Amino acid sequence: MSVPLLSTLTFFPIIGGLSLLLVKKEEVHTIKVMALIISLIEILLSIPLFFMFDKTTHLMQFTEHHAWIPAFNINYSMGVDGISVLFILLSALITTLSISVSWEAIQMKVKEFFIAVLILEGLMIGVFCALDFFLFYILWEAMLIPMFLIIGIWGGPNRLYATVKFFLYTLVGSLLMLIGIITLYAQGGHTFDILKLAEHSFPIGLQKTIFWAFFAAFAVKVPMWPVHTWLPDAHTEAPTAGSVILAGILIKMGAYGFLRFSMPILPDATQAMMVPMLVLSLIGIVYGAIICLSQTDLKRLIAYSSVSHMGFVTLGIYALNQQSIEGGILQMINHGVVTGALFLSIGMVYERTHTRVIADYGGLSSTMPVLGSFFLFFTLASVGLPGTNGFIGEFLILLGSFINRPWVAFFAATGLILGAWYMLWLYQRIFFNPVNKKVIGLPELNAREICTLLPMVALIFWIGLYPNAMLGFMHESVRHLIEQVYGTGVTETVSQVSTLIIH
Amino acid sequence: MKFRVLHIAFLVITLAGTCWSQHAGATEHHAKAQHVAPVLSALQHTENSVDSSLAHHSITEHVVVTEKVATSHDEIAETSLHKVTNEEHAVSAEHGNVAHEGSGHAAPHRQIVMPQTHGKIPGFLFVIPFLPLASFFFTFLFGKKLGVRSHWVPIIAVLISFSCALKAFFMVKAGHYVNQDVYTWITSGDTRIAVGFLVDQLTSVMLIVVTSVSSLVHIYSVGYMKGEDGYYRFYSYLSLFTFSMLMLVLGNNFMQLFFGWEAVGLSSYLLIGFYYEKVSAATAGRKAFIVNRFGDFGFILGLFLIYVNFGSLHYHEVFAHASQIVGHSFSIFGMTFDLPTTIALLLFCGAAGKSAQIPLHVWLPDAMEGPTPVSALIHAATMVTAGVFLMARCNVLFELAPFALNVITVLAAITCLFAASIALVQTDIKRVVAYSTVSQLAYMFIGCGVGAYSAGVFHLFTHAFFKALLFLGCGSIILGMHHEQEVEYMGGLKKYMPITYWTFLLASLSISGVPGLSGFFSKDEILLMAFNSPLGAGKFAWFIGTLVAFMTAFYSFRLFFLIFHGEFRGTQKQKDHLKESPLVVTVPLMLLAIGAVIAGWLGVPGILGGQNHWGHYLAPVLGHPHVTVSHYAESILMGTSILAGVFGILLAYFMYMMRPDLPGKLASSLPKVYDLLKNKYYIDEIYINYLVDPTLKFSKNFILKVVDLGIIENIVNGIPRGIGGISKKMRNLQDGQISHYLTWMGVSSLLILVWMFTS
Repeated sequence: MSVPLLSTLTFFPIIGGLSLLLVKKEEVHTIKVMALIISLIEILLSIPLFFMFDKTTHLMQFTEHHAWIPAFNINYSMGVDGISVLFILLSALITTLSISVSWEAIQMKVKEFFIAVLILEGLMIGVFCALDFFLFYILWEAMLIPMFLIIGIWGGPNRLYATVKFFLYTLVGSLLMLIGIITLYAQGGHTFDILKLAEHSFPIGLQKTIFWAFFAAFAVKVPMWPVHTWLPDAHTEAPTAGSVILAGILIKMGAYGFLRFSMPILPDATQAMMVPMLVLSLIGIVYGAIICLSQTDLKRLIAYSSVSHMGFVTLGIYALNQQSIEGGILQMINHGVVTGALFLSIGMVYERTHTRVIADYGGLSSTMPVLGSFFLFFTLASVGLPGTNGFIGEFLILLGSFINRPWVAFFAATGLILGAWYMLWLYQRIFFNPVNKKVIGLPELNAREICTLLPMVALIFWIGLYPNAMLGFMHESVRHLIEQVYGTGVTETVSQVSTLIIH
Repeated sequence: MKFRVLHIAFLVITLAGTCWSQHAGATEHHAKAQHVAPVLSALQHTENSVDSSLAHHSITEHVVVTEKVATSHDEIAETSLHKVTNEEHAVSAEHGNVAHEGSGHAAPHRQIVMPQTHGKIPGFLFVIPFLPLASFFFTFLFGKKLGVRSHWVPIIAVLISFSCALKAFFMVKAGHYVNQDVYTWITSGDTRIAVGFLVDQLTSVMLIVVTSVSSLVHIYSVGYMKGEDGYYRFYSYLSLFTFSMLMLVLGNNFMQLFFGWEAVGLSSYLLIGFYYEKVSAATAGRKAFIVNRFGDFGFILGLFLIYVNFGSLHYHEVFAHASQIVGHSFSIFGMTFDLPTTIALLLFCGAAGKSAQIPLHVWLPDAMEGPTPVSALIHAATMVTAGVFLMARCNVLFELAPFALNVITVLAAITCLFAASIALVQTDIKRVVAYSTVSQLAYMFIGCGVGAYSAGVFHLFTHAFFKALLFLGCGSIILGMHHEQEVEYMGGLKKYMPITYWTFLLASLSISGVPGLSGFFSKDEILLMAFNSPLGAGKFAWFIGTLVAFMTAFYSFRLFFLIFHGEFRGTQKQKDHLKESPLVVTVPLMLLAIGAVIAGWLGVPGILGGQNHWGHYLAPVLGHPHVTVSHYAESILMGTSILAGVFGILLAYFMYMMRPDLPGKLASSLPKVYDLLKNKYYIDEIYINYLVDPTLKFSKNFILKVVDLGIIENIVNGIPRGIGGISKKMRNLQDGQISHYLTWMGVSSLLILVWMFTS
């Protein structure tokens, strides 16, 4: 590759965002159009990744490597494999939709808002590309700033509390990770190169310590139980675009961190910590789902449902076999699409009613039938109806964990019942039941809003009916990852349940 | 009453005992399997060419279905088998001579082959499900503009589907199968899950049931749903349902079955909640979905267990190796379970959800909130029979688990009695018919439970006609009564609605088991097979089944007399508007009435001079249990069930025509029993009080308030607060007074010195 595609993808939105500074802040429309165009160009730029990606290898692709601070062996090194590539595409899409949904919702400091969103996009994509720990850490921390501002400036009434909580939670976790990174650097031959660190074998004791240091950063981000309480507050207070990006991309980074760093670099600790991680994930699934049953706030409910769904993701990752990890990665994308779409729709309703209280709704299908249909698709994907993407992810995760440990799948599958319960109940209270007088006369979705939601519906069915389009990217990388954890050729021993007939 | 309860309790205890001894060890289970084997081998038709060819052929490409054997072969069975054999030979010639691993074990069984086909799948098979799907999209997207004309596309689509289904039936009858993958749905690791078609005898029958009833309901709805809001929505959902149900029966693997399974659940959810502004309708739809999820919970675990043990979810691969899991066990939570029993019970869990068997029956009566045509199509004729279809489809797996079959039979018998007893006192006409559906579904499960799968599917087939007819008849009445469903306000409708009257009468006679009509043949077959069954639960199920035959006739005719005879009890206004429904409604009734009369003639038993074409047609897939009961005993059994039905009708006539004061007196003399039945044994209340409410309270009062906001949030907010507090105190140290600073300096120096010398 002669064109540094990944750097372009990372810096184009940042530079594009900064270029908005040149526009006068009164020219609101120009700013919006420019932001939208920049994000659309970013999507176009990311498309080659989808088509030129070589699915037959686990090696890093589109790599770039430049010395940065030679004194400390710090490099600017980027690349993607089957685990990260899809998230870049997803980031580009979600950002565009977030910009579209903010079209009228953001009335104040419009310029600054779109700059923040575009810079955030670049940083997020950079995080998924970084192959050098130092670079990764800088991007990871930098990402906090625009998100902090988006919640803190354009958020709801309680935004300051929420944003500080979000910031502190993640910062504390990140600092522990920093200590872990420096330890790795010191013990692993003075390199920040992630691939080299993965080849280095660290003593088990050290691995365990660093595992928990990384855990602090990643688990907060996911968020896993019990460090999840920043999420409901952040989601509730964030503007729609903030919630969408948060749900769509940001919280995926925790799970991505486990896959990219914890597992390859700390394979022995990963194996040793498997059961605790599975248990935490199970608690997350059930706890998140049960708590959804007593939520009265629309966004808070979806936020807690994220805890439950991300529990499935970490469960899949730590069930440690091909099916479950592929399911986990797919579920990260699915959750980004579905929960992103749910927040988009909720944002559209909120713009009309300015209330998030579930009891203020009822019979919305009568006044906004188009939105009702869209929301139903998203709800069904969220409860994992076969034919939608949610099913494929959950199925592979459950299957993988059943192969590994049947009791884990048993408990996790209760999430399917609870999920249907709270989501359909929510749907009933908002869209069914007698028409609440507060929703009478609300205008139906306009063309812009429909265009914002359509890509999500397309993705839901595309992944639901032909998941191989996505899974195909992952096979080699996930196989390699499992080999890194278990050593070559021992994946069969992972299974605790014997297969009588193996074809 | 008391005696019945005792009897049930006794049987449950006996069964639990059997279960215990079975879990004691796999060897014992083996012994039991062996015990069945000689019986079968004695019945075996040793000259069967299929058997001999299989002993030394590869099984990698074939499905070997072990099955029970009937000694008497008929021309039809023989010819269809021979065709299979020929195909099997052709395939096996290509695929070497790998020895049949299980041949030693499976020797006493006759084996039947369903080859995996190759080549082009006939185009019309694709038309069957995908035309309704296209119609769904079309109607859903453009229906609003089409308005009152939006029924045309769905109706034409389903009619074409129906004709293609007929074609499929004749294709199978001519001896052609289809069993092949269309495309690969999911690939991950060594997991490969496909979408594919399996068209065999069972599928072809199901296709006809689904598309024919669906066609009639589509047409009927033109009249019934006329002028409703969301007319197009209704039709698009009907199309979606038809597609889903067809995918369910057409699948060649468990995953596609599950896809259809959940998709029909979705259609059901949407259609029950069709009048979504009504809280009761919206709640009923949600309830149906969630209760079904409980069943699916077991179902999906069953799928995993199958996958883990067979490495595949394809029917042909799983069934080919099925006998190999006998004697294996499965461990979870430190307990060990017999593997075939676990798989069978988990699958049944799903079946019980969809087919509304105890304890997951609670959603079906509430599903009557949906428009009546939906009740006829989905909640009587097709979707709710999916559980029966599942059992029939997986009969090879169920046959390996006699304990599970006992459980299923007992549960079905209990459900049968339970639902029928509730139906005795309900006054909403749709609810009576709904409970009757639960009870009739239980008959089908009894059939499957005692190993008479073709009898179960036969009842599914005949029931589809007479029950759809009953529901559509109810719909016609409801139309005539201006959406009145309480039987209290009806009476004497005979003279206003003659067509509805006569068709309803035929359906009631059919469900009551009057000889010559459909219901008689299928119900009788099930009762015979239950009596004939070697299972412990067989006789029990026969006894309950015969008792319920009496109750069925009674409640059916109670309803019939209350609706059509006597004096009209509604308002004058209702009376003025009473008239027969339009042709678009009554013609489907008449067509269904034909089905309700003649559908059963396909399976006339030998004792009545028939050939039982039905059983022979399905035998290659479902087997045909050997009948040990003598002709003499068989005629006694038949006589008993006829008497039960006739007696039920006569009693209803006596109580509601001759002595209409009796029912009220009876109810007031047994208030407790009446309340218990009227309130459906309080099952809903039990679930709400002991399951739903505690969960909600647990969620709100413990998880949210105590754990989340209490413990976790306090810790999280406590840390910064604590740090803030400490720093506030520390700030006091810097108060600017030199003397204080000096004191602190001195104290700390001292401490450092002490530490240095002690360490």
